[in-house]
Amino acid sequence: MSTKRLIGFFAVGTATLAIIAVAGLVVSTMGTFLVQGLPHISWQLLSEAPRNNNTEGGIFPAIYGTTLLVLVMSILGVPIGTITAIYLNEYTRTGAVLPRVIRFAVNTLAGVPSIVFGLFGLGFFVQFLGVGVDKAFGNTEAIWAKPALLWASATLAALTLPVVIVSVEEALKNVPREMRESSLALGATRWQTIWKIVLPNSTTGILTGSILAIGRSAGEVAPILFTGVVYSLPQLPDGVSSQFMHLGYHLFVLSTQSPDVDKTLPLQYATTLVLLMLTFTLNFAATFIRSRIRSKQLG
Amino acid sequence: MAKKTLDTKIQATDLCVYYGAKQALHRITLDIYEQEVTAFIGPSGCGKSTFLRSINRMNDLIAGARVSGNLGIDGVNIYDSSIDVVELRKRVGMVFQKSTPFPKSIYDNVAFGPRLNGITDRTELDRIVEESLINAALFNEVKDRLDASAMGLSGGQQQRLCIARAVAVNPSILLMDEPCSALDPISTAKVEELILELKKQYTIVIVTHNMQQAARVSEYTAFFYMGHLVEYDKTRKIFTNPGKKETEDYVTGRFG
Repeated sequence: MSTKRLIGFFAVGTATLAIIAVAGLVVSTMGTFLVQGLPHISWQLLSEAPRNNNTEGGIFPAIYGTTLLVLVMSILGVPIGTITAIYLNEYTRTGAVLPRVIRFAVNTLAGVPSIVFGLFGLGFFVQFLGVGVDKAFGNTEAIWAKPALLWASATLAALTLPVVIVSVEEALKNVPREMRESSLALGATRWQTIWKIVLPNSTTGILTGSILAIGRSAGEVAPILFTGVVYSLPQLPDGVSSQFMHLGYHLFVLSTQSPDVDKTLPLQYATTLVLLMLTFTLNFAATFIRSRIRSKQLG
Repeated sequence: MAKKTLDTKIQATDLCVYYGAKQALHRITLDIYEQEVTAFIGPSGCGKSTFLRSINRMNDLIAGARVSGNLGIDGVNIYDSSIDVVELRKRVGMVFQKSTPFPKSIYDNVAFGPRLNGITDRTELDRIVEESLINAALFNEVKDRLDASAMGLSGGQQQRLCIARAVAVNPSILLMDEPCSALDPISTAKVEELILELKKQYTIVIVTHNMQQAARVSEYTAFFYMGHLVEYDKTRKIFTNPGKKETEDYVTGRFG
């Protein structure tokens, strides 16, 4: 065999091995949780609160808390991210200093470990903003100056801002220059063009951004650790100043904080499966929407 | 036959346009006459589109573009600092090389400009849309499906829709940047017919790579080469008896 063919053989061989390794990892992980978790997924699990030191009952408060958390996060983060992307893409000229600083900040933000976001959330939202709000309203007891759903959502919004900004910017860039020029040539102002032409053509991109952000943040535990999540709650949160339960944190609690870890094992598998399903579905939805936009633009 | 008197609509004096350090137009001086069709010809990169786009200040959008000299419309320099660019663009319509219908209904495409001007009355909008579509020779083809998406129209229909959309804001000047370069011969013929019809109401400036088209639709032709205005005269003269050798070489197809 010639050297050339030998190299080719090895290249193909290692690539195949790598693919098998990655695919095997995914299949075995998913398989384990599917096989072990699926039998324990029941209506009781999805609709009831934990009982008896988390060894019985369901995980409904954690599902509820996670959903509420990402919802409030989207309401806070998506508009800010969208506005930032519009500013960066529509209102700045290439090479200007301020947008470069913002872009650098966004990229840096994307690389910050999530536990640091948690500490930031505690320091800024809870201890600074929360205390400030309580003082401003003259509250004698701490209503906002304690970990809360709102602060946890705000922390996650900060964490996922880069994801939103990048996806929205991509969508804005995909609106053809000719379309903007046509609008401007008809006597539309820059803002009218953005509002009536550019944004309606970018809604799918904005949607993708928010879904990706939700998918990224639904499983994050570190940022909410100091800012609002709790071990267990007697009742569901009744507002954004309440604390809440969370799927990811609940998993941690089940596997390390229980007096009888073996008894919680089925619940652990089931909870993991629910969390995986949630993030997978969201990521899949985002990918699907994105490919739809791409094919629409090509066609 | 009595010769009709020509009124100057657009007057360029020593107009220079720079993109960064590169000078794209060199001291262009010419008068464009009211309710005539004026064609700009020349090889790619000669500055004809740059000049066209400076008439509605579309070049303002390009980073690093600068303009010196004078460009007057109805005697007012449009590069004066007191000029409102948005108002200017309402008076100077533009049709682009690539037809660019908005992904909205046919009706909403044509009503886009009037709505920007604050017209919300449905009967008034209906009237403007119908009139504009009739002016663009498109009404009969689309009158039964005004609410259908404009993206479903053929290329030629889309381009006429863009013309309808431009005339809906009632401009006095219509700029056309190679409006037929992406169209088949039948659609091209329709648009050319339309241009001849439109010149009764509008001053039309058209950039074209098609010599026959310039000869067919225009009354005046300007030949640009490397950022300079080489020759500007009656179209008939440019094509039959040009004053400069470069012009003759270009129109006879010897280069470009």
